[in-house]
Amino acid sequence: MQDLGIRVLFMGNNFLRLLGGLWITLKISLLAVALSVVLGTLLGAVMTIKHPVIRAVTRFYLEFIRIMPQLVLLFLVYFGLTKSFGINLSGQVSAVIVFTLWGTAEMGDLVRGALISIPAHQYESGAALGLTKAQIFLYIVIPQTLRRLVPLAINLTTRMIKTTSLIVMIGVVEVLKVAQQIIEANRYTVPDAALWIYGTIFFLYFLACWPISLLASWLEKRWKN
Amino acid sequence: MSEETTLLEIRHLRKDYGNGAVLEDISLELKKGEVLVLIGPSGCGKSTFLRCINGLEPIQSGEILLDGASITDGTAKWSEVRQKIGMVFQSYELFPHMTVMDNILLGPMKVQKRNRKEAEEDACQLLERVGLLDKKDAYPRQLSGGQKQRVAIVRALIMKPEIMLFDEVTAALDPEMVREVLDVMMELAGSGSTMMIVTHEMQFARAAADRVIFLDGGEIVETGTPDEFFDSPKTDRARKFLNTFTFEKK
Amino acid sequence: MDVGFITKYVPLYIEAAKLTLRLGVIGILLSLAVGLVCSLVLYYRVPVLRRLVSIYIELSRNTPLLVQLFFLYFGLPKIGIRISSETCAIIGLAFLGGSYMAEAFRSGLEAIEKSQMESALSIGLTHAQVMRYVIFPQALAISVPGLCANMIFLIKETSVFSVVALPDLMYVAKDLIGLYYKTDEALFMLVIAYLILLLPISILAAALERRLRYAGFGN
Repeated sequence: MQDLGIRVLFMGNNFLRLLGGLWITLKISLLAVALSVVLGTLLGAVMTIKHPVIRAVTRFYLEFIRIMPQLVLLFLVYFGLTKSFGINLSGQVSAVIVFTLWGTAEMGDLVRGALISIPAHQYESGAALGLTKAQIFLYIVIPQTLRRLVPLAINLTTRMIKTTSLIVMIGVVEVLKVAQQIIEANRYTVPDAALWIYGTIFFLYFLACWPISLLASWLEKRWKN
Repeated sequence: MSEETTLLEIRHLRKDYGNGAVLEDISLELKKGEVLVLIGPSGCGKSTFLRCINGLEPIQSGEILLDGASITDGTAKWSEVRQKIGMVFQSYELFPHMTVMDNILLGPMKVQKRNRKEAEEDACQLLERVGLLDKKDAYPRQLSGGQKQRVAIVRALIMKPEIMLFDEVTAALDPEMVREVLDVMMELAGSGSTMMIVTHEMQFARAAADRVIFLDGGEIVETGTPDEFFDSPKTDRARKFLNTFTFEKK
Repeated sequence: MDVGFITKYVPLYIEAAKLTLRLGVIGILLSLAVGLVCSLVLYYRVPVLRRLVSIYIELSRNTPLLVQLFFLYFGLPKIGIRISSETCAIIGLAFLGGSYMAEAFRSGLEAIEKSQMESALSIGLTHAQVMRYVIFPQALAISVPGLCANMIFLIKETSVFSVVALPDLMYVAKDLIGLYYKTDEALFMLVIAYLILLLPISILAAALERRLRYAGFGN
């Protein structure tokens, strides 16, 4: 191939535009992750309460969010809320809402799992040393919970970034949309632009997610005793 | 007790993991019907030695002969050798997804291609002998440690091996279960089985052994009859080791 | 809600669900095959191949299916590789699912202690027999919950198939919203359709997990 389509990447500010598109995705992901960590921690703590109503409600929330494809949730919020309640949400706001709802469910389940995984004798031996309830929590439970939780929460971040790619389907101008625009604009001059542009996006996502995955598995190994 | 045919012969065996020898120039013979007990401090290489004999660890030099033929020259098939050399492990290693009976029958049916019915009769006899016939349909997790180890012994015995290797088979057991396993081994020893036993149970070693071998630092330090070894050890190292088993109030 | 509208367009959803299910099942079967092969390559530490498998797993796990599909469907034809929408969807799902299944199989294989292998060898079984009778049955039982979770995950992932012009459930829902502005009805049917697809699998998976749980032998 003499006429390498890769040059389309370097025409004008095309590459910067792609990065800008990716940034939209990352921004939404990170915002949703931050909200999910806070809300999920609360949810996780609430889920350890042994009250039938609380159990039923949280369980239903968790199961429903988890069984629905995230794209369906996006449609429900983006199209559904607009129509039923006349709330006109932008694609970006809908995305943050949906991914926060989803992330909160996932995070809540992780927090609950980490909390109940601390065996009772840990509380007992803390009490046997004369520690107060707050001290037991602060010095014994939280450090152990965090070690289990942090790698999993980091993994949730990569899942969030990958899933946020879906927002192109509700019309948010992100990296794939920018790609389509660039390919469209160069339809006649660079006919094989699609290969190079989509290939580039593939690697951009990889470069965004891979280091985070590595960090998670590194922490997981390091903290496993 | 020992007849004169040599079943197993080890010549100048050397084993290392790349950072110094674990076993150095080990030579010994095991005669038919003989019960050999290997003792020595932790890490002296006695378990590794048994694993070498069963081909679970490659050796760096030397030779192991079974019935006069080398099993370490690369021509012998380990699956055939292992039918003649049974082994029981410290951690039992029953297969958790199979019942006691299926654990025992796996070898006879898949290796020796015996038919199930006939092998099952054998299995029942052996289970009866170790007092576990009523557990034949249980799963390993429903058994106590001592029971598991007795099943593991049956699983090795049913292959009718010429030699049985026991690798610290009571080390993982609760004290009150040690006895039931040792009783089975005593009975085997009394009925003329050829056995090589690694153990830390000194009283048992003395009662069961025809010959005691003391290993330390990867080499054979001392060999003798149980009475010789336990009453008047020849070397300082053996004396020191035996002293760790006696207590005095200071 | 317009019940007449719903009954009129239910057949469209049924057709779409069939498509989702068909492509999902083929994709999952391929994922299982890819995953099994990859996990064995990793388990046996096959030289060279092992590196390739690791690279594949990292690429697959760290990129979204949507982007993989864009590349396959819009990118590849530019160098003369033209594949149909369905093939594209299946390849994409298998590429994504293969790495997830590989991890599930591998964690099962690695959970079996090496000493199980040794004790099985010590009764004279060949290596192949040990794998077949001792290692695989136990490893599979441990892998099942992971494999099931992956299947559910992959069926959910099929929801992006509309980008390669496949008339799946999302496609139908979006179409009805666009054409008739019957948003509530279209979304309602969408949710119900996915519940019908996914609920039985997830209930079955939970039941299977309870039955096959490693600790469960003999209970």
